[in-house]
Amino acid sequence: MATTKELKMTVRLFLKAYRWRENSPIPWTPLAKPLADCRVALVSSAGFVPPGQAKFDESVRGGDSTFRVVPRNTEPGELSDSHRSESFDHTAMEADPDLAFPLTRIRELADEGFLGEVAPRHLSYMGSITAPEHLMRESAPAGAAVLIEDQVDLALLVPV
Amino acid sequence: MCNQTVGLIAAELERKGIPTVTLQLLRSIAEAVKPPRGLWVPFAHGYPLHKPGEPELQKNVMRRALEMAADPLLEAGALQDYIPED
Repeated sequence: MATTKELKMTVRLFLKAYRWRENSPIPWTPLAKPLADCRVALVSSAGFVPPGQAKFDESVRGGDSTFRVVPRNTEPGELSDSHRSESFDHTAMEADPDLAFPLTRIRELADEGFLGEVAPRHLSYMGSITAPEHLMRESAPAGAAVLIEDQVDLALLVPV
Repeated sequence: MCNQTVGLIAAELERKGIPTVTLQLLRSIAEAVKPPRGLWVPFAHGYPLHKPGEPELQKNVMRRALEMAADPLLEAGALQDYIPED
């Protein structure tokens, strides 16, 4: 189980004073069709970067809130980890990227008929963002535009 | 911070008409940020889908999460707990 007790003291003190951003009001869109007919996209904040794309910038104050588009035919082993946080164990997701960006698993769920199909593009963010204003104002809407263009019916979001 | 980040992105997707389910590793942050549909998973940071190299365990989490989207009884801010079988 994840707890803040496993974090460094400096991180724990930061989190204790941190003002979490609350979704208010909480937006809500009902699912329009059965899962077996849905086109599903992944949104991971594990900081994975596909081949040929720039790593997330560790020097950005407040966190790099840009995102990378991950085509559905990307193999998990092609992803490189550029999540800046030292507050979690990176070894497992580097050994098995499906643990945090389940590209293979979502294909299998579609093959099994649990889902309709895998969206053509997924989104990769780097979740260590302490100042999320740019994320909320620009980067999240830009990511949404990609999924809207792809006529995605449902998104699964995965933090690390 | 990852938990907040995905919760905020999920809200933007819902505002734009895309239903979401958001995994959450810290229940306290899920309760503060309030993703539209949240599934708290009792796993360590870095292990959102349970264990590496265990496809079935990983898919169990995904199935459980995605089923939340298909539940017509849920309302905005729904937060459920994932209970692993093992």
